[in-house]
Amino acid sequence: MMQVQKPRLILDNGLRLDGRRPDEMRPIKIELGVLKNADGSALFEMGNTKVIAAVYGPKEMHPRHLALPDRAVLRVRYHMTPFSTDKRKNPAPTRREIELSKVIREALESAILVDLFPRTVIDIFMEVLQADAGTRLVSLMAASLALADAGIPMRDLIAGVAVGKADGVLVLDLNEPEDMWGEADMPVALMPSLKQVALLQLNGSMTPQEFRQALELAQKGIEIIYNLEKEAIRKKYAEYKEE
Amino acid sequence: MSTINKIYFEDRSIVTPGDLIAEGDFQIPWSPYYYKFGNKYYSTVTGLLEVKGNAFEVIPLEGNRYFPKVGDTVIGLVEDIEIYGWILDIKAPYSAYLPALSVLGRPVTPGEDLRRYLNIGDYVVAKIETFDRTINPILSVKGKNLGRITNGVVIDIPPVKVPRVIGKNRSMLDMLTEETGCEIIVAQNGRILANCANKAVEEALITAIRIIERESHIKGLTEKIRKFLREKLGENKNDASSKAQTNT
Repeated sequence: MMQVQKPRLILDNGLRLDGRRPDEMRPIKIELGVLKNADGSALFEMGNTKVIAAVYGPKEMHPRHLALPDRAVLRVRYHMTPFSTDKRKNPAPTRREIELSKVIREALESAILVDLFPRTVIDIFMEVLQADAGTRLVSLMAASLALADAGIPMRDLIAGVAVGKADGVLVLDLNEPEDMWGEADMPVALMPSLKQVALLQLNGSMTPQEFRQALELAQKGIEIIYNLEKEAIRKKYAEYKEE
Repeated sequence: MSTINKIYFEDRSIVTPGDLIAEGDFQIPWSPYYYKFGNKYYSTVTGLLEVKGNAFEVIPLEGNRYFPKVGDTVIGLVEDIEIYGWILDIKAPYSAYLPALSVLGRPVTPGEDLRRYLNIGDYVVAKIETFDRTINPILSVKGKNLGRITNGVVIDIPPVKVPRVIGKNRSMLDMLTEETGCEIIVAQNGRILANCANKAVEEALITAIRIIERESHIKGLTEKIRKFLREKLGENKNDASSKAQTNT
């Protein structure tokens, strides 16, 4: 529900509105291969944020003149379903969705080995089923896992989490009120094995020292998410391993 | 050797994209399934890691596309007809071209309808003659056992499972042929052509291939499939003979 007045984001006992500690993340659920028709797919849930991603390709590019001679083109669509928010969202792509599609595309381009498939296209679709802050990172991670499910070679899986500042306290994995009323919001996505940054944005203000602390906090969260992602991929093969 | 080569995984373990496989300097052939960054080797796909002494190989477990390689035998599906040849789907990110010259053994006479030789929906066993990053694959049907498929059934599997259906030293393929008596051609692009004696054997073979596809990462799969086929065909062989009796 929309609130008109800023609520207190950090309670007297030091916990957040949803009862989490400042460095605690929301529960995560990952499922791969949820769609039959796509080459690869994944469902990623982080608290109340739910995103489904599907990958098609690499395939021949049509129209031909848009293909690149030395690498694969990525066509990325980030979209929020009309029922993902508390008020119905118009399904037409908004300025925000077009921008996020671009940001996610650039993050994925750094991970996928696009030069292996010249003159082709890889289509990536992400649908936000339920939005509760952090949809861009959850979408990015869902896309990264869908790519792994499709068997498209990439440098590393992408894991990401947002850090922010709420009532002067650095908090990990923002929720909706913190996103809306907090002083800063910084989504960070890394390729953890390579120790490379895939996406970093900052909205609000932080001191240089806070920024460093925030990045460190994000890294800790990302490490946990990264392991969960790998576990989710391996789970599929563990089922038959026993025999 | 100044650097010490170290492999961090055991043989036959599952690797995911970004897993640090090994460190050092390995004399291994290039593959899209690993990625070298400095002296560190990372996996790029979900796959099975095979360690052989001082070398390793990542065998992918996911992937619906075939990446063409010159010399590979493939089974193509005719998608379109042009004046001098056919466009074939070979489950690759690129469509393949089969020139009529290769099928007819002579140039096309102007006004000739190529539909008479190969029509849309036909399957063709062919070889990849040329392919590189700049041009689409060009096929050829000059050679033994190549050409239009006239009988049998074509089974689609993900191209990454092809090595498993063939097996080490063709062990799996030999076993399948031996147990079912079918004539089997496994094309590199994930299409299998099978010519079987009767429908029951054909169905058993398809079920067996589906099991291989699903459980390709398991050890001792060949023996499991052999057992499965013996069980399945033990009863069906009787069926076939009884049917044959009623027919006569």
